[in-house]
Amino acid sequence: MIRSRLIFLIPLVLFLVLAGYFAVQLLSGEDPRAVPSALIDKPAPDFDLPGLYAGEPGFATADLKRGGPVLVNVFASWCVPCRAEHPLLMRLAEEEGATIFGLNYKDKRADAKGFIEELGNPYARIGFDGEGRVAIDWGVYGVPETYVIDGSGRIRYKRVGPLQPRHLEEDILPLLEDLRS
Amino acid sequence: MIRSLLLALAVVVAALPALAVQPDEMLDDPALERRAREISQDVRCLVCQNQSIDESNADLARDLRVLVRERVKQGDTNQEVRDYLVARYGDYVLLKPPFGLSTLLLWASPALLLLVGALAVFLWFRGRGRASATQAGGAEAALSAEERRRLDRLLAGEDGPEDDGSGRDPGDRRA
Repeated sequence: MIRSRLIFLIPLVLFLVLAGYFAVQLLSGEDPRAVPSALIDKPAPDFDLPGLYAGEPGFATADLKRGGPVLVNVFASWCVPCRAEHPLLMRLAEEEGATIFGLNYKDKRADAKGFIEELGNPYARIGFDGEGRVAIDWGVYGVPETYVIDGSGRIRYKRVGPLQPRHLEEDILPLLEDLRS
Repeated sequence: MIRSLLLALAVVVAALPALAVQPDEMLDDPALERRAREISQDVRCLVCQNQSIDESNADLARDLRVLVRERVKQGDTNQEVRDYLVARYGDYVLLKPPFGLSTLLLWASPALLLLVGALAVFLWFRGRGRASATQAGGAEAALSAEERRRLDRLLAGEDGPEDDGSGRDPGDRRA
């Protein structure tokens, strides 16, 4: 008799299991909309972008294979979260000695230059991707995006959305440290 | 009155969903355009996520639609276009996930649920059948003295066919 009554507990148990699963997902702080990159641990795509400033060198695949880890940051002057994360990029470049390449996404040259003049330039070089075609090869779908590339040109980390201090402390700086040694 | 209601109904039924594809994106060749539409209906817009790029007005969706049309025009097959996108955005870009090891559970879950359901129904009916048999006559108590003696003999291992000979299975072992 007891055994047959236990059956009535099944819905409750199912509910608790589901509720627990949802709670873990909700409390994990992960962005449920973030799409895992298909390019992690794969070589960065082949590309060759002109520079943002006339007469300055552009940004191409070869720049990523110079031996040390580098960051690639996709930004645009029209992108508000790019402004929010900019101080962190400045800090990375100036205090942590990181090499950051900028990929200026679907922007106007004049606007992008204004953005850099106003906020400072953390980028070693800036490639101008007016059509957004190179960005598609990188799998970009939400600006800003930030990648860490190891010395051999492989993508090791991707962050979609504005960088926050905890991404720097917990992910990017340890990874850079790791890749440098 | 009825006529105007019918007219209203006709208007509602005839209304087509607003499409995101702009005339300037379309290919001149209707066959290629049809293929491009077919592909884009199965490609997820990564900005809005639950729309296909065919339905989405997002900038990136437009870029991807144009890209799909370019690839189709260059002679890519539908599968090649999809592979091109998957290489950049992962399986997630396809609205219909491919069948593979990582998606095995996803694809098998309807069949699994059906099995669980069937098992539950089977157990339910078996339990009911048993319960009603018990109610009908208190099976154990209803054994007659003759039946009980025979049962005792069977349990003791000496099954003599000559003892009763009635209604026995032909497969039974004869002594």
